[in-house]
Amino acid sequence: MTERRVVITGTGAVTPLGLTSRDLWEGLLEGHCEIRQIRAFDPAEFPCKLAGEVPEYKMRDYLPKSYRKAGKLMSRDIELSVIAADDAVKNSGLVTKASEAGDATVKPERTAISYGAGLISCELPEIAPCVKISETDNQFDIHKWGTNGMQTLTPLWLLKYLPNMLPCHIGIIHDIQGPSNTITCGEAAGHIAIAEAFEMVARGNADVAFGGGGEAKVNPLVMLRQCLLKRSTETANDTPDRSCMPFDKSASGCVFGEAGGMVILEELEFAKSRKATILAEIIGTASSNNHSPDLVRLEKDGKGLQIAIEAALKESGIEPDKIDLIIPAGTGIPEDDRAEAAALKNIFGNALANISVWPIKAIVSHTGAAAGAIDVIAATLAVANSKIGPASYFSAPADGCELNIQNKAISKEIRYALCCGYSFGGQTAAIVIKKYGDTE
Amino acid sequence: MKHRVVITGMGIVCPLGHSVNDMWNGLMTGQSGAAPTTLFDASTFPTTFGAEVKDFDLARFVKNPTIHNQGNRGTRFVVAACAQACKQSGIDIETDTPSDTIDRTRMGIYLGAGEGAVNSDAFFNAILAGWDDQHSNMDWAAWTKAFVSKTSAAAELRQEPNMPVSHLGILTGARGISRSCLTACAASTQAVGEATLLVRRGKADIMIAGGAHSMIHPLGVTGFNRLTALSTRNDNPTTASRPFSATRDGFVLGEGAAIVILETLQSAQKRGAKILAEITGFGSSNDAFRVTDMHEDARGAGQALRAALKDANVGITDIDYISTHGTSTAENDSIETKAIKNVFGDHAKNVPASSAKSQLGHLIGAAGCAELITCIKAIEENILPMTMNLNDPDPALDLDYVPNKPRPKEVNVAINESFGFGGQNNVLVIRRFTE
Repeated sequence: MTERRVVITGTGAVTPLGLTSRDLWEGLLEGHCEIRQIRAFDPAEFPCKLAGEVPEYKMRDYLPKSYRKAGKLMSRDIELSVIAADDAVKNSGLVTKASEAGDATVKPERTAISYGAGLISCELPEIAPCVKISETDNQFDIHKWGTNGMQTLTPLWLLKYLPNMLPCHIGIIHDIQGPSNTITCGEAAGHIAIAEAFEMVARGNADVAFGGGGEAKVNPLVMLRQCLLKRSTETANDTPDRSCMPFDKSASGCVFGEAGGMVILEELEFAKSRKATILAEIIGTASSNNHSPDLVRLEKDGKGLQIAIEAALKESGIEPDKIDLIIPAGTGIPEDDRAEAAALKNIFGNALANISVWPIKAIVSHTGAAAGAIDVIAATLAVANSKIGPASYFSAPADGCELNIQNKAISKEIRYALCCGYSFGGQTAAIVIKKYGDTE
Repeated sequence: MKHRVVITGMGIVCPLGHSVNDMWNGLMTGQSGAAPTTLFDASTFPTTFGAEVKDFDLARFVKNPTIHNQGNRGTRFVVAACAQACKQSGIDIETDTPSDTIDRTRMGIYLGAGEGAVNSDAFFNAILAGWDDQHSNMDWAAWTKAFVSKTSAAAELRQEPNMPVSHLGILTGARGISRSCLTACAASTQAVGEATLLVRRGKADIMIAGGAHSMIHPLGVTGFNRLTALSTRNDNPTTASRPFSATRDGFVLGEGAAIVILETLQSAQKRGAKILAEITGFGSSNDAFRVTDMHEDARGAGQALRAALKDANVGITDIDYISTHGTSTAENDSIETKAIKNVFGDHAKNVPASSAKSQLGHLIGAAGCAELITCIKAIEENILPMTMNLNDPDPALDLDYVPNKPRPKEVNVAINESFGFGGQNNVLVIRRFTE
């Protein structure tokens, strides 16, 4: 079966480093960590008081006039995703229904989206007054909830929190009438959604596909869950710049944050015919499973991650030593870092010493369902610009984590880059990106 | 190389029973899964009934239920459904060195699976502990202390929507492509469809595909009740799900899990697995219209239907049966009828189209694959499932909905339709297997 070639023509991101993918890239090159004390709520009783939070934005700047009313139906997860899509479309030069100038450059029914979403937790202050009037003797009374409490909840409440509303709102704004899927594989969702968007174009169901992920993780329910799972750092609250330290000997856990990330994928000939700027090409993807019985950590030898990376390299048709850059999962959770490093050593052997490893969560934080998309954007821009930003936090590797991590920015040609990730629960994923040359 | 994709196993846990046979017998004998809600006290809710899975015991299906019993309801159901499907297909599970010859890195999982219920005690009572009504703000420190005292890491983890797929990984040893999607009520049809394309394109030899969901919990029913999507026929639950009738007033919330084993024809033949049917077409689209309503001209539904027929390389006269989404809501049943008419034209009235939701209830994320299994049975048995409770047809809806009793009919090619909030449209074409 002939596969169509798929290229990346636009990136969009809203992250703690700023409201555009340009802000993300400039911040990454400066190595400027944006992890801070949580501002969204008072984390006084949280073991981890740190997060990566997105700067302030005005939603109306990102919604077409005709769609502003729908803003009321948007949870923060949806908002971040809509902003990231807006940025990606603008950067790609595509004209969609959202653009005020000219006819759309792509047919709606030939446009697709696959998008990663998290378990969206509701806004507690929104539901709290309804719960309060359902109280009997200081306890929640479900009878009163049925007769009174729930009746005061906004009727469309559920629609704010369904994971598929992220791509559905984006689809309405940009008129995406082809396949639309919502991937809910925890922290591997972004990688997997991009892999599926890639497939939608490769197999011919679409000429343009949006791929990415978004999650507004800085919600007390979501952040506390990570603390309970003992994944968040508890000892770095006073040193936010050096809190999430993947593969470092001082690593003490992860710091979570919020983001939306989107890439625009196009069939190569379609992109060329509209004279799009081609940033890079996706040549292989894969996913697999960890089988850790605790459903939280990686297997010690990183086997589930290793299988995904090997399958993605095989699909790419390249030998492992061709890879110039790896954007790893690199969470800063010491056991998981060791397992990931073990998987990389098994795959790359001696070649690993020459491959740059750039853990960006130290700067951006771990943005859950968005993380894979943010990683792919960083890899794409690294490939396109021949630059890798500094891992400023890094001083010395943890035992077993001897990887080629540089604390200074470097310039070098990157022909092939690998992004890999995993989620609590077990899903693993890998994507191989290739530099696109004019001569091809 | 483009592979033919066949089904070699199926399994289900649903309100009509915990096996494909029990479900099918229930469908054939006019049983309903609907009954008063027992999973929580819904007595003052607008809707006080649902279609629950009853008397479920995971130990009947797997050797080591302990780890899976920590999962949410959907997870436990899907582990049992998967065990049934693997057994039928000849996939050895729960064994360190499986006796089958399947390369686990070529076997993947794709579920349309939902989130687990929130821990209600912790969720609601922590809000009460933290909320300052006078100042309309939350004392987060008080909330945190209360929440932590009432929940646990395991109780929080089991809510994550990727947990069903994670449990199936451990159960089956699958190391191939692993995905979970959640496109509302169309999720498991989309999962089976995407998995079919992965197998067809050689990205896996076997995909374990299907869905799992339970939203019968206080916040789930609250959400649907506020949308006025649920039937409130509290005095007569078994007649509440009445798709295509004039007096339909909403769907009946169900729960369950369904799994099919998808496989390349080559792999199935090499293993000597019995082939139950073949999936030949998948069409997927989005309305891109409104998050609250389906497109009024059934634009997206029609597009998915056409795309599925084209993908399967069949014409409208080849279709023997349509398993509709048929939710029993005013909007879905009208728009779905319109979509079928738009695509089938004058021939539409000749194609029987029924809704198993009239008996199963609406299994949300799991609905699509459960209904796909009814199509496989219709092909095996040459009998069409009925639309139950269709005693007062909506005059505006004039297709052949197979009212009130099953109908013997040769079925070679069937269509399975699923639509979801947000304008999700997914359609599968399934056919009797012939060499």
